[in-house]
Parts: sequence; C-alpha cells; structure tokens
Amino acid sequence: MRLLNLKPDRTWSIALAALPFAALLAAYMMGSAMRLAENPNDKLLPSLTAMGEAVKHYALEPDPRSGLYLMWNDTLSSMSLLLTALAISTFIALVFGILIGLLPIMGATFGPVVGVASMVPPLALLPILFIIMGLGDAAKIALIVIGTALKLIRDVALRVEDLPREQLIKAQTLGASTWQIGLRVVLPQMLPRLIDSVRLELGPAWLFLIAAEAIASDSGLGYRIFLVRRYLAMDVIIPYVIWITLLAFLMDLALRLLQRKAFPWFAGARAA
Amino acid sequence: MTAIVFDNVWKEYGDHVVLERIDLTIAPRSFVALVGPSGCGKTTFLRMLLGEEKPTRGKILVGGNPLKTEPDADRGVVFQRYSVFPHLTVLANVMIGREFERACLLGKLFGEARRAAEAEARHLLEAVGLKGHEDKYPASLSGGMQQRLALAQAINRKPRILLLDEPFGALDPGIRADIHVLIRRIWNENSLTIVMVTHDLSEAFRLGTRVIAFERPRNRPEELERYGATLGEVSAKAIVAASGASITQDFDVWPRKVAEPLPSADTQLDLKLASANGAKPPG
Ligand SMILES: Nc1ncnc2c1ncn2[C@@H]1O[C@H](COP(=O)(O)OP(=O)(O)OP(=O)(O)O)[C@@H](O)[C@H]1O
Ligand SMILES: [Mg+2]
Repeated sequence: MRLLNLKPDRTWSIALAALPFAALLAAYMMGSAMRLAENPNDKLLPSLTAMGEAVKHYALEPDPRSGLYLMWNDTLSSMSLLLTALAISTFIALVFGILIGLLPIMGATFGPVVGVASMVPPLALLPILFIIMGLGDAAKIALIVIGTALKLIRDVALRVEDLPREQLIKAQTLGASTWQIGLRVVLPQMLPRLIDSVRLELGPAWLFLIAAEAIASDSGLGYRIFLVRRYLAMDVIIPYVIWITLLAFLMDLALRLLQRKAFPWFAGARAA
Repeated sequence: MTAIVFDNVWKEYGDHVVLERIDLTIAPRSFVALVGPSGCGKTTFLRMLLGEEKPTRGKILVGGNPLKTEPDADRGVVFQRYSVFPHLTVLANVMIGREFERACLLGKLFGEARRAAEAEARHLLEAVGLKGHEDKYPASLSGGMQQRLALAQAINRKPRILLLDEPFGALDPGIRADIHVLIRRIWNENSLTIVMVTHDLSEAFRLGTRVIAFERPRNRPEELERYGATLGEVSAKAIVAASGASITQDFDVWPRKVAEPLPSADTQLDLKLASANGAKPPG
C-alpha cells in the first residue's frame, strides 16, 4: 500500500499525536536530570517538582505582599485585555470589511488606506501609543486592535469580494436593497469566515499583548515572565509559557467549536 | 405586456467585440432558447438583459421603456451554479424574496407575516417537488434539487421575465426530463417570458417557442489560413477580435407551442402550482 493511503484509525491517531509531546517531555526531563546531577543549583532546566512548587506558590497561595493569587490575577488581567481588544477588532473588521468589500465606493476610498496602514509594524507604534494614551490598559488594547483589526478588515473585504457574483445578482433580482443584501446575504456568510480569520490572528494578538505588558504593566502573564526573568526563575517562566500556550489553544478550540455549532451550513458550503 | 426589444445592440470589452448588430423583438409570453458555441456571448446577452452589463451601443427596451440599469425583481434569474444562498435552509431560500419585499429594514419577517410567507413558500416547494427537504441546507441537496430550489426562489417574486443561463447543464438526462416538465408548467401558469441559454439543441427545441442561434462570422485565423488569405496572422486576429457574434439563425419552433392563457392575471402562483400538483386551492 502506498504511504499516502495509509490512514491511522482513531486510537492510532491519538497515540501518534501524543508521541511528540511525550518525546519533548522525556527529552526535557533527561536534560534537566543531567544538568541537576552536575549542579543541584542549576537554574536553566528546573526539575518538574521545582516547577510544581513554583506553580503551587503562584497559583494556590496568596502573595504575602499583595494578598493576591498571582497567577490567577495575571491571567484575569491578560485575558480581559486580550478579549476586549479582540472583540473590538472583530467588530471593526466586520463593519469595515463588509463596507469595503461590498461597496465599490467604499473600496475605492478606504481600500488603499487600509492596505498601506496594515503594513505599519504595530510594535513600532507602541511608543507612540504609550505617549498618547499613557501606560495604562487603553494603550495595550489599542496596540492589539491596531495590530489585528487592519488585517482582519482586509481579510473580510477579500472574502466578501470572493462571494460568487451570482449571489449578489440573484439577491437583486429578488428585490433586495444594498442594506438588505449586506444584512441577509453578506453578513451571515462572513461570520463563520471571520472566525477563521480571528483564529489566525490569535497568535499576533498574544504577541502584542505580551510585548506591551513586558514594557509597561504591574500585572499580566507577560509582565510576570519578564519580571522573574531578572532572577532567572525558569521554574516560573516555563509553567507560565505552557499556561499561555494552553490558553491560546483553548481559545482556538472554542472558536472552532463555535463555528461548527453556530454555522452548521458552513462545512458543506465550504466543501462545495 | 412586456415585449423585449433589442435595437442594434453591440457589446464590446475594450477592443474585443463580443456581440454586434443584435436586432431582436421578443414577444411577451414567448420561451426563447438561445444556442451558440461556447464563448459567443450568450451569457453576455443575458447579463445585458439583467441590467448587470450595459450595451456599448444600441438600446434595450422592455415594454417600450429603456431597460433598468440594475437587476430588479421584474427579472428573475437562475444560473448554472451559485443561484441559491448556501447559508439559508431550503425554506428560507424561497422565503427570502418575500422578506426582501415586505421587510425593508431587517429583511426578516416575524409573526403573522412570517407565517404567511412560510406557508406560501411551502406550497411552492411542494409544487417543485422539494417537499420534505424544507430544513436542509443547499449543500446537502443534489444538483437537480438545487436547480428546482433556484426556480422556486426565482418565481416566488413573480418576475415578468425569467432568465435561465444553462440551468440544467450539469444534470443527468433523467432529472433533466423531470425538470423540463416543471419549467413548462411554470411557463404555462405564470405570466412569464422566458429566455434560456442552453447547449442542448434538443432541449432548445423541446422547450422553446423560438430558437435563436448566435455565432461569430467565419473568419477565424485558421480558416483564413486554410483559404490562403494573404492576411498576416496579426491582422487576421485583429479581424476576429473586431467582429463579434450576431444572430445567425432565428426561427419559431413547430409545432407551435402557446402558453396556456391565464385564468386571471392576479391568481396566486403558488395556489395554481399546488393545484397542478393535486392539492385543492382553497375557495
Ligand atoms: N467582463 C468581461 N471582460 C472581458 N471580456 C469578457 C467579459 N465577460 C465576457 N467576456 C468575453 O466575452 C465573450 C463571451 O463570453 P460569454 O460568457 O458571454 O460566452 P458564452 O456564450 O456564455 O459562453 P459559454 O457557452 O461558454 O457559457 C468571451 O470571449 C469572454 O472572454
Ligand atoms: Mg455562458
């Protein structure tokens, strides 16, 4: 049988998927054990127990100075920034993307501006945002919004233009106005596609969040890892990175499920 | 009634003349079948009739008035593909025309109005043989069912002209025969003028009251070369580009088919379709 026709069944799929993770973990544990055997005070590759201790300290015990459970507090602060920013971006992208994609006048007016603006590296704007908006949450949200919304707008506009021309003609022959077409034909078809685009922008959104928190903050997941970096506290940094990854993965998964449940027609339409 | 008149219509894209000297009067209630080789401009012709494209020269009149320059509810259309909305169920696809008509702001009907539109759509779906599929999405329908749906959706808005662009091209012969019966019935029972593009000559003769063929003049480069024309290849191409297709055949189909007279102009379409299907119209 040809290799490309060899498909693992469900059990095998799970086993195969677990394999790289297990290998990674094993390699880490071996490396860590070797280094610690040489020097018990080594900080670079802390043992799993050391990391467990750190997590317990950060997540399950209140901080003696502030009385806060630091890891939860960091998570809450980061997630609220991220979700607020993504909600704003998504809304902007939906409105402007559809306007630009559907109305030639809007496309001619705003298409080029959005195209140029989306080429500005958002991190380069961070100092400007901090100067204008101060070091608070507003600047961080603004950074994420600028960093993701422009790409999302372009994406939605392109996908609107990709709708078969026949559909828009058909709607007109059914007597629809521009507004009705936007509302009943374009918008509902853009929502599931927008979910795909947002999933792709989750990575950049986290990047901007952590960068902003690293520079100016007093809480947040990014703030914490950059803070403890000074003490080479790998036993905190590594669990935090894993936790951030897990959060991002869960957000991605949630969006995928939302797409499947809320837009049951989409899988079939995409395949067609 | 709405006679359609093409008065010396030309269509060019840049230097490329697609159609030229189209002079044509389509009588109301006729069923015109449009045939011709691929690329000769049949779709372009329909798109001008839809108002999606403007003629480069000449004018198109409908019922004595210049054609509206954008598609509207007077002219229904069924394309070969992409005619229905993938995000709406079968029922919603038929209802949406009524919703566009009655709900300007939200494009969605509620309460009593919605129930009325829904009942009407269900009647129509039954008439086109889609009963029992109301809650499916188009992607899970076969090609033939999708085209039936597209027809139901188009006639629900009661257009006066129905344009069909190879609507049955992708269907197998058995299903095609079924759908021919349906389209004949739709044509008989509604005050409709139909213009249908097809590649299938037997379909054209079976359905049409009139068959019109478009063709380009025979001066393709290879033919010119075969006749030993002294023209260089470049100028031969230039001639082809400069001359578009025009009407080369136009005849009424015999025996003459006549649309059945309508009992009264305002009889509800869906009721008639339903009655043709065996159900009793109320009243
Ligand atoms: N928007 C356009 N811009 C430039 N050329 C076009 C455009 N639309 C159509 N054409 C050209 O016009 C000619 C006729 O196209 P059309 O689609 O009307 O052909 P058709 O008769 O419908 O062919 P088919 O039977 O394959 O559907 C083609 O040569 C095509 O390249
Ligand atoms: Mg065509």
